[in-house]
Amino acid sequence: MKTQTGRRRSGLRWRKLDTELTLLSLPTTVWYILFCFLPMFGIVIAFKDFKIYGGFLSNVWNSKWIGLKNFDFLFKSHDAWIVTRNTLGYNLLFIVLGIVVPVALAIAIGQLHSKRAAKVYQTMMFLPYFLSWVVVSAVVWAFLSFDKGIVNQLLVQMGKDPVNWYMEPAYWPYFLIFMNLWKGVGYGMVVYLATIAGIDGSYYEAAVIDGASKWQQVRYITLPLMKLVIVMMFILAVGRIFYSDFGLFFQVPRDSNSLYNVTTTIDVLVYKQLKTATVGMASASAFLQSALGCATILLANWIVRRTDPDSAMM
Amino acid sequence: MAAGPKEWTGAERFNRIGTGPNILLNVLFFLLALSCLVPVLVVLSTSLSSEASIRESGYHLIPTAFSGDAYHYISKQGSMILRALAVSLIVTVSGTAIGIVLTATMGYALSRDQYKLKGLLTWIVFIPMVFNGGLVSSYYINANFLGLKNTLWALILPLAVSSFNVIICKTFFKSTIPDGLIESAEIDGAGQFRIFFSIVMPISLPLIATIGLFLCFGYWNDWFQSMLYIDDQKLYSLQALLNSLMSNVDALAKNASSMGVSYAALVATMPKESARMAVAIIIVVPVAFAYPFFQKYFISGLTVGAVKG
Repeated sequence: MKTQTGRRRSGLRWRKLDTELTLLSLPTTVWYILFCFLPMFGIVIAFKDFKIYGGFLSNVWNSKWIGLKNFDFLFKSHDAWIVTRNTLGYNLLFIVLGIVVPVALAIAIGQLHSKRAAKVYQTMMFLPYFLSWVVVSAVVWAFLSFDKGIVNQLLVQMGKDPVNWYMEPAYWPYFLIFMNLWKGVGYGMVVYLATIAGIDGSYYEAAVIDGASKWQQVRYITLPLMKLVIVMMFILAVGRIFYSDFGLFFQVPRDSNSLYNVTTTIDVLVYKQLKTATVGMASASAFLQSALGCATILLANWIVRRTDPDSAMM
Repeated sequence: MAAGPKEWTGAERFNRIGTGPNILLNVLFFLLALSCLVPVLVVLSTSLSSEASIRESGYHLIPTAFSGDAYHYISKQGSMILRALAVSLIVTVSGTAIGIVLTATMGYALSRDQYKLKGLLTWIVFIPMVFNGGLVSSYYINANFLGLKNTLWALILPLAVSSFNVIICKTFFKSTIPDGLIESAEIDGAGQFRIFFSIVMPISLPLIATIGLFLCFGYWNDWFQSMLYIDDQKLYSLQALLNSLMSNVDALAKNASSMGVSYAALVATMPKESARMAVAIIIVVPVAFAYPFFQKYFISGLTVGAVKG
């Protein structure tokens, strides 16, 4: 009753409360306009012959409309196919492995007899998540450097020839997949361990009394109860399938040209085009990424809402 | 938030795996944990090796010849590195503070049902989660239009707010702060600013700590903004410095040559390889020692994110 009258009264006129809340949220609103909404309008440069010098707004306004010419250039270049293949291919692998491995490890670590040991292992495996890709790149360099790297030292000790790792594209899909898992597995485990910790222990007690084996408990209790979180993580990852982890693909291979075909993703291409001032193609690629990214997020959310309305984001 | 494994209760003891599998699993996790630690130890060991031993025999897990040259060099001549450390600290501290204020104020406004612009602001926060202008457009807005190029603001402002954090804040305020508390303060004549700063923020300290930690680690570990907007070496953060050292290890000598020593002499004598890895260690050490203590805040933040996106 009280809230009803409150709502009716507040529906009528602008109050002091509204002014104050507007002032309170004003800096953040300005931030959103400057850093999120202006770039959304700036996206029109994908359809223009944009030149970099001079004032930004007057340039955007004055530069010539050239329709889809930027996109034409993009698709005529061989890059478009390679980067799309790399982005989608790696992401699909990352999504599958990024669920299977942390889920399996989270279940396994819960079985250890010593809880203290489990906590120590888990904390140590969380460390890579807190390292920046620049640091990780230095770490990888210590292992793969041609003349000083640890891997080549071991190869030489075993009587084999050292390999120039940063020139050999064949190995890099495996390296990238490994590094992605190495950095992300601790994060994934934390999320899934929290879910497992929330499962009521009486389920397992009942299962033990009925003579269920460990495998059966995992198969019929743990996994079904983790389903919701797993699906959520899956959908979130699918929604970002056109985006890649720029640091992984740019820093870890150290921008080596020999590795271009296996390490260049959409984000890397856009960055390189931006830095080499081929703005037309860069803005076209960025536009496509934003548009396709938006479509996949909406699609992913639509699928969630169809299957489980409660976990939909919007 | 009990995210870690809990203690075994009586009934659960019957449900433990056998000793054999337990040993196997322990070995597995020991190796996995080691694989996460060893790479960092290699970097540490390199930073503590003498330059000559690195040149001769490369990087090692245990230094073949111990030497504190790199750290000695940094403390004596590494004005560039100390400067980068200062930039990193300034950006991290001010960025975290600005980020917390911007995020929490918006979260609070959105949490008030009576607020008339709530619908509009909800859209303003929501739309960027689905659609963005992309890198190229953002770059030109920030660099040319807002004039952030080669300023510290370029490292701070673009990362200050994320819609995700705003929504976490809104949900937290709505679910933990009783309506009656705010209403009674309003009846007593308190304005919204007063309510926000002296009631809402103090109650929400655990949440503020969580978001602050995410921002803090985010700013400390950021190198991408520097790569985009910073050309001036004086404004390099530690991450940006390490990034430039990775492609050109001699860059360390550039700045020091102004101090009386000739550039060529310095390039020849300074401990380059180990100093580079020492920069990495300066970045990693605070993080590696901090995160085990803050882990539980991270875990609560991550799980809020996973459960309600």
